[in-house]
Amino acid sequence: MLELKNITYEVSENGAVKKILDDVSLTVESRRFVVITGPNGGGKSTLAKLIMGVEKPTSGRIYFDGADITDLDITARARLGISFAFQQPVRFKGIQVKDLLRMASGRELSVSEACEYLSEVGLCARDYVDREVNASLSGGELKRIEIATLLARNTRLSVFDEPEAGIDLWSFQNLIRIFEKMREGIKDSSIVIISHQERILQIADEIIVIADGKVSRRGGTELLPELTGASAPESACEKLQ
Amino acid sequence: MLKLDEIQKRLIGEIADLHTVPEGAYNFRANGELAGRNSTANIEIVSKTDGSGIDIHIKPGTKNESVHIPVVLSNTGYKETVYNDFYIGEDSDVLIVAGCGIDNCGAGDSQHDGVHRFFVGRGAKARYVEKHYGSGDGSGRRILNPVTEVYMEEDSSMEMEMEQIKGVDSTERKNYAELKKNARLVVKERLMTHGKQHAVSDYVVELKGESSAADVVSRSVARDDSFQTFNARITGEAPCSGHTECDAIIMDNARVLAVPSLDAKDVDAALVHEAAIGKIAGEQLTKLMSLGLTEKEAEEQIINGFLK
Repeated sequence: MLELKNITYEVSENGAVKKILDDVSLTVESRRFVVITGPNGGGKSTLAKLIMGVEKPTSGRIYFDGADITDLDITARARLGISFAFQQPVRFKGIQVKDLLRMASGRELSVSEACEYLSEVGLCARDYVDREVNASLSGGELKRIEIATLLARNTRLSVFDEPEAGIDLWSFQNLIRIFEKMREGIKDSSIVIISHQERILQIADEIIVIADGKVSRRGGTELLPELTGASAPESACEKLQ
Repeated sequence: MLKLDEIQKRLIGEIADLHTVPEGAYNFRANGELAGRNSTANIEIVSKTDGSGIDIHIKPGTKNESVHIPVVLSNTGYKETVYNDFYIGEDSDVLIVAGCGIDNCGAGDSQHDGVHRFFVGRGAKARYVEKHYGSGDGSGRRILNPVTEVYMEEDSSMEMEMEQIKGVDSTERKNYAELKKNARLVVKERLMTHGKQHAVSDYVVELKGESSAADVVSRSVARDDSFQTFNARITGEAPCSGHTECDAIIMDNARVLAVPSLDAKDVDAALVHEAAIGKIAGEQLTKLMSLGLTEKEAEEQIINGFLK
């Protein structure tokens, strides 16, 4: 479904060129739940942004269902069936949750349809459909609304950039349940999640470790003991438990 | 029956969402002449004896009634100043819908300056909705200079929604309000300017009575080469609370000047002002584009939401 071929992404920092991704090649097949993990600063989020078209690679090509999408903009990729959940969801003054869900679904949504998506992500829909997507929402609420927009889009490829970042432990338990449900309901689509969380890694069909801008390991859940060992890519909070 | 032509009907639809004759009291003014009027048992509309405007008398205790007083100009080069006074009786609860639409297809400037004074009785509640709209492709400018003065008695409350989204070339808005004990004023202004338009909004609110409160919030979008000025001054003369906020999106070569000011004359006056001007955030566009919208569609949705 998705193929990245020899992707390199460079930025210039204080006059020096820095490689964020170095000749990365990988494929995501249909009906797969793929988790990309690895140390912070390793290039994972950049990879997610390159898939959506938020960033353009310095070199290399990206293929979606066999077609070269490297030069397509965000809108065109979205229309082909790629969606992206931001690590830090964006706030909008005046735009209501139902507006966002309507835009995501690309059609007029009834209140009850909008409510269904919100219920899926554990929000009491009635309290939220009319809320503005602004600073009055907490980080956890925004994160769940962000996921609801991807449910409303229902595209072939969904990319989530660290869905667990910035949410409390209680919300996290619910989040895991949402992803478990998505994992069960996967049909012709695929899900790519950038994550550090062991619970999410546990439900992966495939785990890809990105470190220093390269794919350092690739495999199934058999990688878990190694990943959650002494050099585990998990959060400090998790280690303390 | 209303004496309105098609252009005038379209303008009325834009400014008052009216497509038929409204229920309740109304006064329609078209090109300086009366096009229709209705008084009700509780709301009486009478012409001022000098012909300069109308007086609207709302009886004490009038509940859930409305007054519509739209004005349309469709003759190029027509200029007028109209004085309308609202006497809102004690303990009444009413909706007042005003607004002006100008269609100018000619070369002369068309201008309507409406001066609205509100005397809000003790315990009365009023909601005032005003929309401005301009259309027509003539070289003559469409000019609106509204003035509102609000005098609020004890325990009264007033909500004012003022909207000017399209087609008005020049506007100088002046609003003055004074509040007695426990009076509450909420002002929501929505403004969008295009082309070489120029808009000035001037608010002066005097909180004279104990526990009086005012909230003046302006949201605006300045596009092209337009220029907006927002001046808001809240004066606290008693233990009171006042808040003013100017939030603007700036685009293209536009300019926005926000000058909020506070004047506290009592140690227990709690006054706050906020002003923020900035362009549409790139990440907002990115997010909506990732939902399948084009950049232009995303921009429209962001502006529509912001001005809602």
